[in-house]
Amino acid sequence: MSVLDSTTTILASGVRLTVPLAFAACGEYVAERAGTMNISVEAMMLGAAFTSIATASATGSATVGLAAGVVTGLVLGFVHGNFSHRAQINTFVVGLVLNALVLGLTSYLITTNEFVSHQVHMLSIPLLQDIPLIGKPLFSERWPAFLLLALIPLTWWLVERSRWGLELRAVGENPQAADVTGIKVNMRRRQALLWCGALAGLGGAYLAVGEVGSFNQNMTAGRGYIVIAAVIFGAWRLGRTMLGCLVFGLSDAMRLALPALGVTLNAQLLVAAPYLLALLAMLLFTTQHREPAALGRPFERGST
Amino acid sequence: MSAAPLTKLTSGDDLARRFLARLRPGRDGWMTAGLTAVLIAVAAGASALLLLLTGGSPRASADAIWTGSLADATGWTTTLLNAAPLLLVAVGACVCASAGTFNIGQEGQVLIGGLAGAWVGLRLAMPGPMLVVVVLLAAAAGGGAWAALSAVMLRLRGVNVPVSTLLMTFLAIQLVTFAVSTPWFLQESAQGSSGIADAASNQLPAGARLGGFGQYPSVQWNTGLFIALVAAVGVAVVLTRSRWGFRVRMIGLNPLTAKHTGVRVAALGGFTLALSGAFAGLAGGLLLVSPVGTNRLQAGLSDNFGWDGLLVALVARNRPLVAIPVSLVFAVLRAGGDFLSATGVPYYLVDVVKALLVLAFVAPPVLIDLYSRRRGATPQAAPDLSVVPTKVKAAA
Repeated sequence: MSVLDSTTTILASGVRLTVPLAFAACGEYVAERAGTMNISVEAMMLGAAFTSIATASATGSATVGLAAGVVTGLVLGFVHGNFSHRAQINTFVVGLVLNALVLGLTSYLITTNEFVSHQVHMLSIPLLQDIPLIGKPLFSERWPAFLLLALIPLTWWLVERSRWGLELRAVGENPQAADVTGIKVNMRRRQALLWCGALAGLGGAYLAVGEVGSFNQNMTAGRGYIVIAAVIFGAWRLGRTMLGCLVFGLSDAMRLALPALGVTLNAQLLVAAPYLLALLAMLLFTTQHREPAALGRPFERGST
Repeated sequence: MSAAPLTKLTSGDDLARRFLARLRPGRDGWMTAGLTAVLIAVAAGASALLLLLTGGSPRASADAIWTGSLADATGWTTTLLNAAPLLLVAVGACVCASAGTFNIGQEGQVLIGGLAGAWVGLRLAMPGPMLVVVVLLAAAAGGGAWAALSAVMLRLRGVNVPVSTLLMTFLAIQLVTFAVSTPWFLQESAQGSSGIADAASNQLPAGARLGGFGQYPSVQWNTGLFIALVAAVGVAVVLTRSRWGFRVRMIGLNPLTAKHTGVRVAALGGFTLALSGAFAGLAGGLLLVSPVGTNRLQAGLSDNFGWDGLLVALVARNRPLVAIPVSLVFAVLRAGGDFLSATGVPYYLVDVVKALLVLAFVAPPVLIDLYSRRRGATPQAAPDLSVVPTKVKAAA
């Protein structure tokens, strides 16, 4: 295989590994800007991956499966939101329990059921896919991948330009002040979690009915945590978060491809890279006040 | 609470009544207990339904869990063996949660504890019992140091503790995988015939294994359980009865007050985080020197003990003494789950039961608080405007 071919292969697999991360990161970014540290994004992705395959198997349509994945994400976002921003249970506790619950539930159900494999179809953009090097990776994908082209600007507009987004950011930066101006803090956070759930669900479903075509036990394998790492790595900016997803996707692709190419690079280091980079990014960025000031702190009226 | 008139205090009868009143749950207490019972029933029902829907038998599964965990001496031995690391992890979680710091990286701290213990155990030549002690101490130090890194990051840069401890868990997994697959690190001679290293460290010398604690009547008591029990009781006493424990709890309840009264909040908070890591690391060391295991370090050494221990602490609401029975319940589920999977029902069912159980215990007090806030909202709706809420400079 020529160098060009193998580079194209790695790039293609890198982009494919990036897309689910990018979907979920779009959602997680919104949740974190609203001040809620949503670690159940792993549960949302895994649950959506499972239901999408189960639904696709039952209905025979991968697209319906994709929709089922989004619904699963929404349901989990609703549950998480109501537990942590209505009942005020510690959001990390809720996230951990949801992660454990969904992991157990999907692992159990997959062993007791047989599902037919389904995959959404490919979409190749005619002329563009013939560009050398980047043509195949960027313009020949399963069709939901192209939804990203709409969802990234939409998320950016929602958060940075819409009134809802302004209120959302206010809720993440200073919930007390937002509350005084009449914004319903915990309601905004629950809405942000719904957005997060829908997109994380889409990401998880894309993984199942898009890339793999079937469900394996714990198939997200920590991708939800990598998504959190990507948002931190991106310093709570959407563009850089997406860039972070690409970096992590590519490093994952390298880990898979390098042994076959005869290059020895430490596999453990590549797996650990997202987490390491996120920690370094946190060390660098937190003092520059890039992090939403109220991130991870519950809001209760009257408390400081 | 208003002070009772002095005359009443003199009556021993009255003292006894007041003591009993402290034990008796109030209206909220009864409601919490009732709701918890209902939710446990719901959790059990949901699990049974899940089994029925997938063609299993709830009755047979419950029997299998019982047989594998509590029915006979073998079951009890397995259960107690599982309970010890769970309890240790939970006790650690209680310590730092009392200080208002939320450590969720126990799984990684358990692994790093195992790594440190294995490294010391394989390199030091020492007579039997002394080596075990040194290995366990090294494990505690390793786990503590790993958690202390998070504390340092918080101190220097204000990095969110739950997030950093969580991310460091994944680093720990990779670090241990690296250690056990690298010949020069922890694997000096265990190369397979193919030249590819086995993903496990060398076996610890026989002197680095924890002895049993006798058999009664035929249940084998392990030393680890006693270490864990002593830790739980010790931490409970220190937290509630010592000046140090009071300071720790004060940081947890109100860091600002603690600061004003002269507690070094950052240092003490960081120390409790390291301490919780040390308990998790000790649990890892315990798994390493366990009399039944392989006495090798593997990436799977932690085997979810870190996550489960955290769940134990959640259910026990951060009270070390309550964690003792709770860890026993979780150990029953773990031991029974292994037995259950032998009968054909996947082990993962137990994970579902565990998560539902945690929800059943975590939710009620919060729900009741929410309910009473809603009801009390009508007369007390107006916020206290005499105190203008001011933004507190991140004290925690």
